Amino acid sequence: MQAQLIATDIACRRGDRLLFKGLSLACAPGDAVQVTGSNGVGKSSLIRILAGLLRPFAGEVSSVGGIGLVDERLSLDPNLPLGRALEFWERLDGCRDPGRALEVLQLEPLLDVPVRYLSTGQKKRAALARLLNRNCPIWLLDEPLNGLDTQARKSVEALVALHCNGGGITVVASHQPFALPQGKTLAIEDYAA
Amino acid sequence: MSAALTLLRRDLARLMPGGSGGGVLPLLFFLAVAMLYPFAVGPDAQLLARTGGGVIWVAALLAAILPLEKLVTDDLDAGVFDQLYLRDVSEELAMAVRLLAHWLAFAPLLLLATLPAAALLGLDGETTRTVLLGLLAGTPGLAAVGLAVAALTASMRGGAALAGLMVIPLAVPILIFGAGALARPDPSALLFTAAISLVLVALAPFASAAAIRASRES
Repeated sequence: MQAQLIATDIACRRGDRLLFKGLSLACAPGDAVQVTGSNGVGKSSLIRILAGLLRPFAGEVSSVGGIGLVDERLSLDPNLPLGRALEFWERLDGCRDPGRALEVLQLEPLLDVPVRYLSTGQKKRAALARLLNRNCPIWLLDEPLNGLDTQARKSVEALVALHCNGGGITVVASHQPFALPQGKTLAIEDYAA
Repeated sequence: MSAALTLLRRDLARLMPGGSGGGVLPLLFFLAVAMLYPFAVGPDAQLLARTGGGVIWVAALLAAILPLEKLVTDDLDAGVFDQLYLRDVSEELAMAVRLLAHWLAFAPLLLLATLPAAALLGLDGETTRTVLLGLLAGTPGLAAVGLAVAALTASMRGGAALAGLMVIPLAVPILIFGAGALARPDPSALLFTAAISLVLVALAPFASAAAIRASRES
């Protein structure tokens, strides 16, 4: 079964404010889209709607294939060493070879460090490792570059390119430039209500 | 099934004494109440033996409130339930597992601590047995109420204090029948306690799951 992610005519309301409306998005295998817009315009809300975590105010979202989400929340136990914290998700995802992700993201030297001592960029890399180990076709990334240094940014962009070349779908919400294979962007401001 | 076991392992590691959740604090609190009570009412052995069972029940109820703060809030803030949802692990399963882990983390140790507490209050063997059986029947219900309330208040600022207040009225039926068993020679009150516990245990995973889903919309 081929992965796909389709949103039709969705609108998003937070509180009593309509953030955007009439937004449609169709992703086939290999597609990558960057969602752009300034702070508070609804990028994160769109990502959560696409993930199925937030009900759209109007419209529909349908997806085929597993969804992996990386947002500002780490979902790793802060008191555990990184290796043990990641191990929980590896076990849940049935991941057999967690070593590759750790190597690509250069996390191996940090495995014994409790998660709460990690820097912002290191935490981000840990979340990306969890995403890689999940081995799912649809990636939803909310500000994946926050706190990353130039080298780590390059490797995240390379990972996304590799994922899409392999038939994956990626939606990146970021206010920073993000090099995507086809360079497709979706400006939420165009749909502002 | 393997997902449930993985969840249980993580929850137990977090909630058991030595984990990042409450630890042994509720137990020490429980024993402290049993120790302070004779100081407060004086060394009248008959009075202590007559009221001690009830004191143990009140101490157990209050001790059950202490671990609630960390029970749901941390994972909700860290987005753990969102990640589980994306892996098709329902909130109901996650909460049912957490209920089991929460009970395992505080009830068996509480029952053990009841023995020294009963000795401190000078309870006789028969009363101690009734208290133990009552707590065995009542603690699953206390855990269930605690979990549901913790999930409901998890997304609120200062939710922990509110959770403590909300648990008390909901736990009153368990307390009435559980402690009431001490006043009657037949086992009907114990059976009532167990029945109330069973109903609460059956409801709690669904109520807490609904609370977690609702918190995503806020």
